[in-house]
Amino acid sequence: MNWHTWIPLFVVVSSLLPGLIIFGLPEERVGLRTILNLTGAVIKLLLVSWMIWGVYQGDHFETRVALLPDLDLVLRAGPLALFFVALSTILWLVTTIYAIGYLEGSPNRSRFFGFFSLCVTATVGVALAGNLITFLLFYELLTLATYPLIVHRGTDTARRAGQTYLRYTIFGGALILLGTVWLYQLTGTLEFTPRGFLTHIDPQHYPALKIIFVLLIAGLGVKAALFPLHGWLPQAMVAPAPVSALLHAVAVVKAGAFGIVRVVYDVFGVEFSADLGVTTPLAWIAAFTIIYGSLRALFQDDLKRRLAFSTVSQVSYIALGVAIAGPIATIGGVVHLVHQGLMKITLFFCAGNLAETLGIHKVSEMNGVGRRMPWTMAAFTVGALGMIGAPPVAGFISKWYLGVGALEAGQDWVLLVLMGSSLLNCAYFLPILYSAWFKPTPKSWPEEHHFGRQETAWALLLPPLITALMALAAGLMTGLPFSPLEWAKIIAEREFYQP
Amino acid sequence: MGGLLSDAHWGVLLILLPLFGGLCSFLWPGAVKFIGLATVSAVALSVVGLGDQLLTTGVYHHAVGGWGAPLGIDLYADGLSLFMLMVNALVGLGVSIYALDYFDQGEARRFWPLWLLLLGGLNALFLSADIFNLYVTLEIVGLAGVGLASLSRSGAALDGAMRYLMATLLGSLCYLLGVALLYHSAGTVDIPLLAERLESTPPVWAALGLICAGLALKTALFPLHFWLPKAHASASAPVSALLSALVVKASFYILLRLWLEIFSVRTEGVDDLLGALGMAAIIWGSLQALQQTRLKLMIAYSTVSQMGYLFLVFPLAAAGAFSAWSAVAYLILSHALAKSSMFLVAGNLMHFGGHDRIADLDRAVQRLPITVGAFALAGVSIMGLPPSGGFIGKWLLLNEALNQGRWDLVIVMMIGGVLAAAYIFKVLGFAFTQAPVTHEPKGVPAIMEWSALLLAVAAIVLGFLASPLMLILGIGETVQLMGAGQ
Repeated sequence: MNWHTWIPLFVVVSSLLPGLIIFGLPEERVGLRTILNLTGAVIKLLLVSWMIWGVYQGDHFETRVALLPDLDLVLRAGPLALFFVALSTILWLVTTIYAIGYLEGSPNRSRFFGFFSLCVTATVGVALAGNLITFLLFYELLTLATYPLIVHRGTDTARRAGQTYLRYTIFGGALILLGTVWLYQLTGTLEFTPRGFLTHIDPQHYPALKIIFVLLIAGLGVKAALFPLHGWLPQAMVAPAPVSALLHAVAVVKAGAFGIVRVVYDVFGVEFSADLGVTTPLAWIAAFTIIYGSLRALFQDDLKRRLAFSTVSQVSYIALGVAIAGPIATIGGVVHLVHQGLMKITLFFCAGNLAETLGIHKVSEMNGVGRRMPWTMAAFTVGALGMIGAPPVAGFISKWYLGVGALEAGQDWVLLVLMGSSLLNCAYFLPILYSAWFKPTPKSWPEEHHFGRQETAWALLLPPLITALMALAAGLMTGLPFSPLEWAKIIAEREFYQP
Repeated sequence: MGGLLSDAHWGVLLILLPLFGGLCSFLWPGAVKFIGLATVSAVALSVVGLGDQLLTTGVYHHAVGGWGAPLGIDLYADGLSLFMLMVNALVGLGVSIYALDYFDQGEARRFWPLWLLLLGGLNALFLSADIFNLYVTLEIVGLAGVGLASLSRSGAALDGAMRYLMATLLGSLCYLLGVALLYHSAGTVDIPLLAERLESTPPVWAALGLICAGLALKTALFPLHFWLPKAHASASAPVSALLSALVVKASFYILLRLWLEIFSVRTEGVDDLLGALGMAAIIWGSLQALQQTRLKLMIAYSTVSQMGYLFLVFPLAAAGAFSAWSAVAYLILSHALAKSSMFLVAGNLMHFGGHDRIADLDRAVQRLPITVGAFALAGVSIMGLPPSGGFIGKWLLLNEALNQGRWDLVIVMMIGGVLAAAYIFKVLGFAFTQAPVTHEPKGVPAIMEWSALLLAVAAIVLGFLASPLMLILGIGETVQLMGAGQ
């Protein structure tokens, strides 16, 4: 038996199986549930490391099962797939630890962790999908697996948020399905191919291809929260903090952004999309979303809502990098998949810590919190500075490559967008940092819990520290062989320079 | 032994077994559950046997008593028949296991003989090779169905069953008139002979109209669906499941079969009319389902909408593409599994909480995770989301519609999917609210929960079995004939 044909499947199963078992576990089996969760996460991490090492040496990993007589389910580990898989695997492990600490003692945990595992299964499937129909399958599974997490609390707001989420995503899914069938009709294949599989198509189909592009990007834009399809994201904030963290950094929003990367690079091909004239409108929408999200973030007092609008803005960097359609901007956009993930998950972990430990939900309640919870706020500061784009945090690298890439592609206006967005980022993050570190501590916190000598529980404190360190490392050690930037370069090279 | 197995007349067994079982269960009411389950299991095994036979030797043909057509009765099975028999066996098994615990001894005595009669009728229908036999079996199915629908003896059930009786009798009558006209024109009721002899004359046209109208009424095609929601919603849960999953498919199968073999080349306009009604059914049924406040009515209207998808095949069939037929067969199978699971779920919820008001379901839904899981999985297939049998069917049908440039069908199918999601999540949303703990209602037997779940899981697993099932569908000349037109 050749292992290489099954490892991608094992990667998916390594979280699916624990998830299914967890559904059947009674509430009080905390220990067994934790062991299952962590075992799954560690096994997945090992398998992914194996694949990364293999692909680095030129091996191929592909699972292929017939879905229809002429259409296969394909899981393939290419550089771009592994990039996203590695991100979600690492952050799943961290988030699982965080969620175990965060949900301690709350009801319905078996259900929560079951869907949590399904959610990661779907994300990994989205990442590894080797053709558009496999992608669609896991993309829809992701919708279904996230809904229970968003409504987990069961309050009226949560249910409304869940309904809004479904309304957007089911509609988006329908658009993608339509685009996919149509594309299949025109080309007879859906296999992701570097530089696209549409170059040989008859020019009389170009108008149809443009519509298909719009359908696919609109469907993906729902999850990626492109304006005006972002409405569900701020509402989904009612979910528990680990869910928000996962949603924003890894799973839903990222799956949308990753899908846009896939469609532009491996379905249409960057150069072909540019020739079709569809990338420029995408760049404009992305740029508008960047500014719009930041502006909205500026006026939110609720910390998680502010972070949510910040996500709306930040994720569009990825779409922007893709839409500029040049090799260097590609590096910037693709690497931001990982960078934004690391920074945003840190911020959400910290927001969750503030809420759990001190009952702080609003920016205006954060005065002097840096003295009460120095480690948490240190991690928060790293994340915030990264979002602003200050060196040496990872966000700087993304913005640098985006800027240089825009200049190289002759799209100077992008620089204005980047500068404006950075200024706005400063405007909504720096006041938080200022009041947290320099304003006097209030007499009492809204709802304080004590956790012995540390500022909060270990399971809550370690994850943000780990991710903050990773965000720093991604910015500092860009030259190492397995750094995100190096992978992004490999991906861009494959898309632009290889025959 | 192997020779005996492959030579056995599985087709005959498939008809005689349930009839014999039904008779026994009527004579020995004490052992009714055992007899019933044993019979259904034996039928399922016979379907496997027939499948094995078809895969090795091709189409099954058997002249009963040695008298062939045009004088005697022919049994005939190709891929499509086998497929429908599989639907019977799978859904039948699931529902039978569920019924073991659902009915008390008194109700079981009335349920099993009727259900086995229904099963025999359905099997015979899918094995018939002439249009008069089809009529006879259709009558058996209809009458057994009415009997089952009136089983729970509540006022609503009797009312529903009465409407159902009227509709089904009227439908059969129209069909029978059509058969008489065809017999008059061609002098035979054998389908292959009819296909050779029929010409485009006014009587044939009239026959086509009558047959289409009668079968559309029995299949509850919009706007002839008026009888279905009430009949299906007021029956007891296993019966609703059987009616929605199997019985409406039987009349559709006849229409499909006649179209395939006889009418396909002689129908300008009728195919588009059926397609348009199908589209209207999808939209109207979904909208009605969305507005229902009762779970079982919602599921019943969902059936109206799902039957609409099946009728989209007729406008697409003109181009004679195998993929359109296979798509619809796939939809039939996945809808049968998913819909029967949904009705069983509704039965569990009613058993638990004593009502099926959607707005008050939260407590029940939260205490029965397996049941609500079944509803969710069945819902995925009904919505046509991947991975599920419903998705594969929808994908194939969309593909075919796009292939022929039928954008109207494409748009309606997309809207139908979104609407289905809306009404299914309306129910699922209650799984997560914080319901107050009121009284402790009576628990649901594990068998009832698990049989519902297994049917739903089967609908999902279908999403991965397209290749082998397409192989089965491809057995026999009808399909090859259709395939040649591709």
